[in-house]
Amino acid sequence: MIRVDNNGSSSALIQVRGVNKTYRRGGENIQVLQGLNLDVDKGDFVAFMGPSGSGKTTLLNLLGGLDVPTSGHISVDGDEITNMSSSKLTQWRARHVGFIFQMYNLIPVLTAFQNVELPLLLTKLSKAQRKQHVETALSVVGLSDRMNHYPRQLSGGQEQRVTIARAVVSDPTFLLCDEPTGDLDRKSATEIMELIEELVAKHGKTVLMVTHDPVVADRAHTTLHLEKGVLVEGGKLPQNAMAGGVA
Amino acid sequence: MKYSRLIFANLLRKKVRLILTIGSFAVALFLFAFLAVVKDAFGRGADVAGADRLVIINRTSIINTIPLSYRDKILRIPGVKAITHNNWFGGVYKDEKNFFPQFVIDPEAQRKVFPELIVPDDQWNAFLKDRQGAIVGARTAQRFGWKIGDRIPIKTTLYGGGAWEFNLDGIYHGKRPQDDETQFWFQWDYFEEKIPEGVKGQIGWYVLRLDSPDDAVRVAKAIDGEFANSPSETKTQTESAFAANWVKQFGNISFLILSIGVIVFFTLLLVTGNTMAISVRERTSELAVFKAIGYSDRAILFFVLAESLVIALIGGVLGLGLAMLAIPALGKALNGLLPALILAPAVLALGLVVAVAVGIVSGLLPGISAMRMRVVNALRRV
Repeated sequence: MIRVDNNGSSSALIQVRGVNKTYRRGGENIQVLQGLNLDVDKGDFVAFMGPSGSGKTTLLNLLGGLDVPTSGHISVDGDEITNMSSSKLTQWRARHVGFIFQMYNLIPVLTAFQNVELPLLLTKLSKAQRKQHVETALSVVGLSDRMNHYPRQLSGGQEQRVTIARAVVSDPTFLLCDEPTGDLDRKSATEIMELIEELVAKHGKTVLMVTHDPVVADRAHTTLHLEKGVLVEGGKLPQNAMAGGVA
Repeated sequence: MKYSRLIFANLLRKKVRLILTIGSFAVALFLFAFLAVVKDAFGRGADVAGADRLVIINRTSIINTIPLSYRDKILRIPGVKAITHNNWFGGVYKDEKNFFPQFVIDPEAQRKVFPELIVPDDQWNAFLKDRQGAIVGARTAQRFGWKIGDRIPIKTTLYGGGAWEFNLDGIYHGKRPQDDETQFWFQWDYFEEKIPEGVKGQIGWYVLRLDSPDDAVRVAKAIDGEFANSPSETKTQTESAFAANWVKQFGNISFLILSIGVIVFFTLLLVTGNTMAISVRERTSELAVFKAIGYSDRAILFFVLAESLVIALIGGVLGLGLAMLAIPALGKALNGLLPALILAPAVLALGLVVAVAVGIVSGLLPGISAMRMRVVNALRRV
């Protein structure tokens, strides 16, 4: 269940409360996010849409602990991440967040297997355990037969599947997808979205996704729109957002 | 180590660049080893000099002679244990390129003054009985394939010129690897017999051995005082000071070598630092992904430093290995113009330490910049 108007307590997996984000550019303060509230429950699949510069990626970065809000609070599964030190946040990301990028961001000198293994090198798993996890993740994305291929030997869709395997291999709390189909043709995009849907439906993953593509967004349980830093459900601004921005 | 595959995969992504960077290290380390060996060879005289030996030369210059008659007066000075005298012969064997140092010696005293140069007793006794006898260092004997009993002609342009014939009666070895094994000694009596009348009774320099090294200053003052205001005033100094002054004639070798070494390593630092900086810049988005998925800043620094260290170590080992192969060959090619070129383990160890230091420093700046990189900004560059 996704709520964008809750500013009180809840038992949601992800809770965003009064988050503001301001950048300073050329001597000018640019407010990207304005008093954002959001609750996302475990197993939800949320799509964020909005025009360029509306703050979609900024929100994703904040939720993934890659950036910190100017003010406000974000907690995930009970962990308040806005007060964490940089090193704590790094450790937190390793345990809780799986990233899926538009440009795949695979390491070109590593095979698919080695790319997927990267998050596991940070754990105390043995080599045999790591191998088992990686093989499982690659089989989930249907690339068991491409384990020893380098990214340059894979199609765009296959590369994105490897990225998804890398994101899920350490069984994170939630997945963040930034335009996961943005660089793919329609057929590959459909396959990737089917895979993400499967992760939600079959494996109970929580997914937050940024996209420009309404067809892709339709796959999500809920689509939220960001307009000028304000979050709106189904494309309509909540009434009190018109007055102050905080729902 | 579970990260080694990652480090080597990153290193191998630009093979030509890797080979060139390792090559820079190898060349620099080879040069380092070679310069260190040459410096060591030039300074060897001072290093191997006996602390209990003094060298007495003519105050005017070493090419001016001193009367042999000084010997007995010097021996009477308290603290002097033994004294020998030498003359420079300046000859060549068969051809100009076959140069090596030949010294006229006092056979009675030479072994007492230079006990570290070992001649077997039977060979030495044969030498004492043979007016035309000669003793040669093992390196020179090996160089020309001489063996005991050989008749050896040495041509000189000094002392009336011509070829002098010698019988090889013995071969000496140094106790230590750094001892000079290139000298050729022959008897004073034979020399005195053949030289022109006007230079008879004149020696090139004395070398004396003291009862105690503590007596050096006192004995040196006493000797120079004894012959002050004489036609051949003396200059007495410790053997190490004499050797150091001899090397100074060629200029400040140590400074020259040190300067070249510093320039080479500074250049290497710039080259490697630049290479690592480019390598890190090319991988900005990849490093951002590492950070995004949970690799710490320290891990990122470790990856960059590990890469530059591996380059430094491989290059260093290659360069020093090359030096181990090439320096002995080079020593042979120099035909005894320098004392033995010895690549000491300490030089190899220092070379590796320097390589590692350059590796760390060159990786440090790009590593720190990668460590401080903000993931959000770096991912935006994709």
